[in-house]
Amino acid sequence: MKIHEYQGKEIFRKYGVPTPKGILALSPNDAEAAAKELATPVVVVKAQIHAGGRGKGGGVKLAKSPAEAKELAKQMLGMMLKTIQTGPEGTKVHKVYIEEGLAIGQELYLGVTLDRVTSRVTFMASREGGVEIEEVAEKHPEKILRETVDPAVGFLDFQGRNLAFGLGLSGPTVNKFAQFCTALYRMFIETDASLVEINPLVILKDGGVVALDAKVTFDENAIYRHKDLLAYRDLAEEDARETQAKEWDLAYIALEGNIGCMVNGAGLAMATMDTIKLVGGSPANFLDVGGGASKEKVTAAFKLILADPAVKAVLVNIFGGIMKCDVIADGIIAAAKEVQLKVPLIVRLEGTNVEQGKELLRNSGLAITPADNLRQAAEKAVAALK
Amino acid sequence: MSILVNENTKVLCQGITGSAGSFHSKQMLEYGTKLVGGVTPGKGGTSFEGKVPVFNTVADAVKQTGANTSVIFVPPPFAADSIMEAADAGVSLIITITEGIPVLDMVRAKRYLQGKPGVRLIGPNCPGVITPGAKCKIGIMPGHIHKPGRIGVVSRSGTLTYEAVHQLTQLGLGQSTAVGIGGDPVNGTDFVDVLKLFNADPDTDAVIMIGEIGGSAEELGAEYVAREFTKPIAGFIAGQSAPPGKRMGHAGAIISGGKGTATEKIKAMEAAGIVMAASPAELGTTLQEAVKRGPKKR
Repeated sequence: MKIHEYQGKEIFRKYGVPTPKGILALSPNDAEAAAKELATPVVVVKAQIHAGGRGKGGGVKLAKSPAEAKELAKQMLGMMLKTIQTGPEGTKVHKVYIEEGLAIGQELYLGVTLDRVTSRVTFMASREGGVEIEEVAEKHPEKILRETVDPAVGFLDFQGRNLAFGLGLSGPTVNKFAQFCTALYRMFIETDASLVEINPLVILKDGGVVALDAKVTFDENAIYRHKDLLAYRDLAEEDARETQAKEWDLAYIALEGNIGCMVNGAGLAMATMDTIKLVGGSPANFLDVGGGASKEKVTAAFKLILADPAVKAVLVNIFGGIMKCDVIADGIIAAAKEVQLKVPLIVRLEGTNVEQGKELLRNSGLAITPADNLRQAAEKAVAALK
Repeated sequence: MSILVNENTKVLCQGITGSAGSFHSKQMLEYGTKLVGGVTPGKGGTSFEGKVPVFNTVADAVKQTGANTSVIFVPPPFAADSIMEAADAGVSLIITITEGIPVLDMVRAKRYLQGKPGVRLIGPNCPGVITPGAKCKIGIMPGHIHKPGRIGVVSRSGTLTYEAVHQLTQLGLGQSTAVGIGGDPVNGTDFVDVLKLFNADPDTDAVIMIGEIGGSAEELGAEYVAREFTKPIAGFIAGQSAPPGKRMGHAGAIISGGKGTATEKIKAMEAAGIVMAASPAELGTTLQEAVKRGPKKR
């Protein structure tokens, strides 16, 4: 689950991670009032969307007066902000965050996430901040400092000093940086975060260490034990169909194509999309109904696919393991009847109870095109479009 | 005659009284798996299906039954604890089927396992392990699609494993062992571990390796194959058509250092001499092609 910068900073403050003072604004007037309240010579107006690269996209601007802050907020609120991480359509800005201006000495990068290779939480820091950080990581991996955390003892002071000296910091800032990292690690663990990224982290002219940015993502699998974090969920930032899918515990991602897909298992779902592309078609979505799905869940999945007006054919590809083919067949029949299916339906079932599943489909009285294997199913789906 | 599990494997099921645990325990018994006990705290002293004793703790179960392997169907909030309980009780092979375990729980569990040499974890979020020739099915795979034979299968994806096995069986090629290593970011056994076992197994002639986008387990597997693997090997990567996701930050890209895309993985695997299938519908025939080309030259 992603949250906004202002929310991330609210959590940072709870854990003693220093951040600039800031006030959320939902209107230009709010923005003006916020700038007055902060009362620094310069304030920063920052568009709040769930994506990075906002600065380059025009979503972060300096205002030298409350009136200017009002004007900038007016421009940003309601705009479609396009950044390298939003996709070409951009994301609508509903909120801006007004933050005090600071005397910045140096900008750094600090990221905390899981390293899949070591199966441990890893701190990454670099003197090269900004959007170019990924290029640095690819071409000059030695410029990214890393500290891997042993979960038995947590982030240690010396690891903070290793990073600080590696970044070229000196004096009291070294310990401030180490304390910053320790507080951040505590926050990461106690909130079940999957990503905390500060780009940039700044060293102030007075030697202070401050998080100028906050990108925070939480592990969806652990949200059940952090009910308080659910308040941070911003449905306006999420695709409505993806949100609906989550309610049914379905993994759904909307795509550009016209062949709707319902598959069990993420790997097979991706492979089904791959095969549709391979035979010249284009998938309308990724949808993993998961294991152990009930009839109701399958029905919901089916409705979700058919709610997309671009869908001109539906391909169901189920290899039953946890999920039994007769359960799938029941769901398909119930949903197809309920939504009065008008597009061609191609079904490929295999696995546990496959014969009962096929039998149910045959006796359903519905126009279903059966397929015996994945390539054939994809070809039939593409042919059905014509 | 196989890797990981064979006719001497005595299995416990943790979470045997839950809906998934009981359904699949029945299926395992029907297949012929030596399911010698179950564990559900609070239900010790009862029996499953009138033939499998249920215990309160894994330690009790191991003591009473001599089980050496455990399969876990415990719900996600309690699954990491179950893994550690099994390791502490001396179970040497822990197969975790549970999907949706919090990542940091797995980070801690994996750290705990490092202090238990001789304990191997498979999964979580995997279909399990099956050796058809030993009638030993541990997990959720449909048993009837398998056939005893000499092809090894290792995969990160559950249903794609079935796809591969099914195609092999239809081509008359049986399987020595099929292993699902699971798709979670933190898992126990990886491609390299399983490939090493297949390489050393005199009863495995060739291997299918199935990966997905994300992480670098496939690249590490490919490095191992290039270095030491001597048998014919076919591969597939799912997610070639996946659109680049709407991302939040850069950390994911930095930590993988540019690895993790389908293109990178396919390149690494081809360079290692793995014959790659263009589509999952050709997993079986690609394996045949790899066998035809013969053992890898080095």
